[in-house]
Amino acid sequence: MNRLSWLHAWLMLLPALAMLLAFTHIPTLTTVWHSLFFPERGGAPAEFAGLDNYRMMLDDTVFWQALSNNLWYALGTVPTSIALALAMALWVNSKISGRTALRLAYFTPTMLPMIAVANIWLFFYSPEIGLFNKVLALFGHPGINWLGDSDWALPSLMLMTVWKEAGFFMIFYLAALQSLSRDLYDAAALEGAGRWHTFRRLTWPLLMPTTLFVLVNAILNAFKLVDHLFILTKGGPNNASNLLLYYIYENAFSFFDSNYAATLTVVMLALLILLALLQFGVLERRIHYR
Amino acid sequence: MMTRFNTWLSTSAAWLLGLLWILPLLYAFWAATHPAEYATRFDLFAPLTTEHFVTAWNQAPFMRYMLNTVIITGLILFFQLILCTLAGYALARMQFRGRGLVFALVLLQLMVMPEILIVENYRTLAGLDLIDTHIGVGLPYMASAFGIFLLRQTFKGVPQELEDAARLEGCSRLGVLWKVYVPLAKPTYLAYGLVSISHHWNNFLWPLVVTNTESSRPLTVGMAIFGAPESGVDWPVICAGTLIAIGPLLAVFLLFQRRFVQSFMHAGLK
Repeated sequence: MNRLSWLHAWLMLLPALAMLLAFTHIPTLTTVWHSLFFPERGGAPAEFAGLDNYRMMLDDTVFWQALSNNLWYALGTVPTSIALALAMALWVNSKISGRTALRLAYFTPTMLPMIAVANIWLFFYSPEIGLFNKVLALFGHPGINWLGDSDWALPSLMLMTVWKEAGFFMIFYLAALQSLSRDLYDAAALEGAGRWHTFRRLTWPLLMPTTLFVLVNAILNAFKLVDHLFILTKGGPNNASNLLLYYIYENAFSFFDSNYAATLTVVMLALLILLALLQFGVLERRIHYR
Repeated sequence: MMTRFNTWLSTSAAWLLGLLWILPLLYAFWAATHPAEYATRFDLFAPLTTEHFVTAWNQAPFMRYMLNTVIITGLILFFQLILCTLAGYALARMQFRGRGLVFALVLLQLMVMPEILIVENYRTLAGLDLIDTHIGVGLPYMASAFGIFLLRQTFKGVPQELEDAARLEGCSRLGVLWKVYVPLAKPTYLAYGLVSISHHWNNFLWPLVVTNTESSRPLTVGMAIFGAPESGVDWPVICAGTLIAIGPLLAVFLLFQRRFVQSFMHAGLK
């Protein structure tokens, strides 16, 4: 009987586990393996490279630029999206007039494909006829080459990302807010706590687990979502807006060096593992409100 | 007095933000329905036109793209539901050695998503000769850690007595799963289904990598080609094409927005 149920359990797990192994665990390992080889040339078997690909990476200025862009991109988008998401959730959860319409307005960008919204935003940013420069012209400003200027390309991407993501994170805050107990707020009101004080001492600490969850997801997104680059900047000008995953794509599918792409993927994997350790180690221990 | 003013200020800020958030979409609508010379000139009496929609429709095989997206999204969801139900149940209710390890292996996919592994997964698919097929686009997503986790949590909340009673009446394990657990987890299935559909409807990078003809290309990839500056399509037409592409999903979302929001919240709470 016991042996039978053991067998049943593994049979039920088998399909999912096989797929996970085939498309997550094994590729993770082969990424590391392939990063240790030179690309195949003319049908000859790939030559073992040792750490040469890694040495090449350390000397690759584009890699460093993509990595630092990605960190700036995360730093620029994550806190802003989270702050906006929290504000949105507090508004939509309060007795504001027209809250259904507001919730819809905030959430809609989330539902649309990144590619579609990038197509629309491309026009806002266009130098000659774009909406943003038309608005600037009203104030007598000569206009900015948003996507063509290396100082503005990355911030332009950030702006659109914040717009796209804030509504998504709002949902998590909204769910958390609605599960908070009314009693605590009644007690706070009895004590005569003001609005800011209630938020600071009650809501914010209670939302901490949600903030952690959203934070981790927002950072993940900052690294794994590069769809808009394909439409808006293609990483340019001169790699000013290149991000790590886009650079991996370029190496694998434009420059056809899948071994170097694997090397870059190892860096990406290391970053994700670091994030996971941070989440389960440091951050999780400090949040004990549940 | 001060609080009244504060409330007013806060409401205005909320509405201003809402307006800003919806503006790009309204704007695309404006550009697509008016002659090109009105693209940045706002005039309430500007003539309406449908020419951009006609041009866009004739320039790209939207029907084909849409069909591909529906097939891919459907395939993924179908297999996800089966695989995640089985695995979620085994992890929630069955005792066996190595359960903790298996669960940890599953959770790893929450961090290391298929998007990151495009290089190796492309290699695998090429080895299986599945490049440029619907099933190829779907394969890496069929076992979803998120789905397994979500269903495991839900199944754990089902009273054990219900299972025991059904077992006493001679129900098999799969029978119990099908007759007791699945019906009780309906809200979770709905929530997961909506999240999965909207995710894969919008997915771009992996489909871009593994498709190379019209026969398997989903809408997002089609849209990227359609909107590329090299294709020389002018702006209002791009707007019209984009609206055609997002129309069905947007319509469904607007009709069932309460359900959508609740489902996303349900999935987010776990």
